[in-house]
Amino acid sequence: MDKKIIYMDHSATTPVDSQVLDEMLPYFTKNYGNPSSIYSIGRESKKAIEDARERVAKAVFAQPREIFFTGSGTEADNWAVKGVAYSNKNKGNHIITTTIEHHAVMHACQYLESDGFEVTYLPVDENGLVSPEQVLEAIKPNTILISIMFANNEIGTIQPIGEIGKIARDKGIYFHTDAVQAIGNIPINVSELNVDLLSISAHKFYGPKGIGALYIRKGVKITSFIHGGAQERGRRASTENVAGIVGLGKAIEIATLNIDDYNKKLIELRDRTIFEIMKKIPFVRLNGHQHKRLPGNVNFSFEFIEGESLLLMLDMKGIAASSGSACTSGSLDPSHVLLSIGLPHEIAHGSLRLSFGKDNTHEDIDQLMKELPVIVERLREMSPLYEKVKRGN
Amino acid sequence: MTKKKVMIGMSGGVDSSVAAAILLEKGYEVIGVTMKIWPEKEEEGKLKEGGCCSLSAVDDARRVSYKLGIPYYVMNFQDIFEEKVIDYFKDEYLKGKTPNPCIACNRYVKFEAMLNKAVSMGIDYVATGHYAIIEYDENYKRYLLKKSVTQAKDQTYALYNLNQEQLSKILMPIGDYTKDRVRERAKELDLGVASKPDSQEICFVEDNNYGKFIEENTTSKIKSGYFVDTKGNVLGKHKGIIHYTVGQRKGLGIALGKPMYVVKLDLDNNNVVLGENDDIFSKTLIASDLNFIMIDKLKEPLNVKAKIRYSAKEADAMIYPMEKGKVKVEFDSPQRAVTPGQSIVFYNGDIVVGGGVIE
Repeated sequence: MDKKIIYMDHSATTPVDSQVLDEMLPYFTKNYGNPSSIYSIGRESKKAIEDARERVAKAVFAQPREIFFTGSGTEADNWAVKGVAYSNKNKGNHIITTTIEHHAVMHACQYLESDGFEVTYLPVDENGLVSPEQVLEAIKPNTILISIMFANNEIGTIQPIGEIGKIARDKGIYFHTDAVQAIGNIPINVSELNVDLLSISAHKFYGPKGIGALYIRKGVKITSFIHGGAQERGRRASTENVAGIVGLGKAIEIATLNIDDYNKKLIELRDRTIFEIMKKIPFVRLNGHQHKRLPGNVNFSFEFIEGESLLLMLDMKGIAASSGSACTSGSLDPSHVLLSIGLPHEIAHGSLRLSFGKDNTHEDIDQLMKELPVIVERLREMSPLYEKVKRGN
Repeated sequence: MTKKKVMIGMSGGVDSSVAAAILLEKGYEVIGVTMKIWPEKEEEGKLKEGGCCSLSAVDDARRVSYKLGIPYYVMNFQDIFEEKVIDYFKDEYLKGKTPNPCIACNRYVKFEAMLNKAVSMGIDYVATGHYAIIEYDENYKRYLLKKSVTQAKDQTYALYNLNQEQLSKILMPIGDYTKDRVRERAKELDLGVASKPDSQEICFVEDNNYGKFIEENTTSKIKSGYFVDTKGNVLGKHKGIIHYTVGQRKGLGIALGKPMYVVKLDLDNNNVVLGENDDIFSKTLIASDLNFIMIDKLKEPLNVKAKIRYSAKEADAMIYPMEKGKVKVEFDSPQRAVTPGQSIVFYNGDIVVGGGVIE
């Protein structure tokens, strides 16, 4: 019995767009040449990579030679944080980041701490926002890098990247932003925003998995980690994932071209869902900022229940959702992001993230709103605490 | 008609894997779950078994679930496991007793926390790969817990705490299978776990070194003290009461010229009392924290077979109701190494009468 799956977890990953797939396919079979080879099918691969590089550059208003392909967004984050740290350790050893970063940045920072670097983790307010003033105050003479995510993967909060970028630039400190969730949702111009390094991951905007990119502003001092060849201008060795790179290029082109229509649709679905959940289900809390949030992101905490059971029951009804980031759902610990915005432990356990995408419809929301209130009520029936509160009312 | 739903606890081992397959064959809608109970331990440079989320159990259970085509989830029971199993385990040893953590886990984690979660999710049953049989009996008008057909593998000893409500919602599909048959079924189904060895040790203690585990995980000071004989004469020094258990002979670390056994752990004086073979036999004991399955309550003396530890042979005994719900057990012949903290389980033939904790 195959149920129709209603997919509401686009922040975890997205399906590959058919146009993207069509462009990729020849590079598996017909145009399989190694881009480093001199003969024609090698050159074709090389050209495909450079075309993709141009598309990526165009999407974020950078120069093609400032775009470097990586194996993933996580690799891009690791490279940016550790690469800048090691390359600039003679200048200083202090890094500023936040308490709500993706683990790719957070764990990279923790690793650096174990290697003698000093890291300031800026707290966020109850909406998940970090203020430019906080950043300014945290800067020390030995600060070499500020790494703050563009938009949060769990609660969707969008940071004031432009203002932070300006501060960093004025102080002469490198500024990295993890834009993995933002690309395709927010127009990004690295020059206007004064961003020095920016991480990208293709599978978050209808491209393939296993390919990412790091924008590195010309002149930024950064150490390389993968040695063994002259690819990516000697900065990231290994034979290129040609099909993946082509897919990333096409996907980012589509994503940035259609960004306004896409956003309009997602915002409509998002705001309707937020409105209906708040109207129909008591004891809920919207996590993240009301407006400064990703167009497709909905994140709620439901008091008296565990997110885990909620997700399982939604899954049984064919609704694919998440309790936080896909990477942390394996561990099922309360999310560091929700704890950072001040949620108590027991409520941080009961959260639900819905992230909409291009194939979601109002019928999907109808279905969600048919199931969700019933499931929440059913799970709450088992909670002695809820019984007490209900009787108290 | 909609299928009845079962949540099966999967360890990645052969028993729970085959149990899941049997439930599918019987027409249930089966949902595989591995309880995440182990504490988070991350060491840089040391690969955690199974990568991202844990021990290899999850990998195996997931593979089996996908093979069977059932949904599979990892559910978090860390907090309750720590409180009800690990903390209890440490506290009992620190009190000079010898706990059985598997019994606590079955009681509070698998068949309370997991069962409640399943029920709250609208799931009808919880199943496990235990070697035991649960049946509703018309004569007794009760759910009964009975020994597995594989006597050598029977796990009823660790399940005596189940109440009627719980028993009505628990399935143990391999209770009427032999271990050999279970392994055969695993092979037939090509589950890839047919030859996995049986688990033996306490799951959260490395290398079965429970003393080291407690020392590393408690704030209490483990003080060394004296070995004394039954008359109080000092025989030597011991390394802390938690390292000993009643009946123990090996590993005492002193030479006494004759076989000596731990008779008692004297917490008040921090002494380990040693005696000769005869000194560790007792004819009676008191049990508390009782649960009865075959009967509602013990109102009059009852003739039973009693088992004083997982690996002990059953012995004929009479049990007598006492005040405060306690029970006095009188054995026909003296039993070796009756150990406070361990459970005693009463049987009537194959049927579990009930059980309690030895005081």
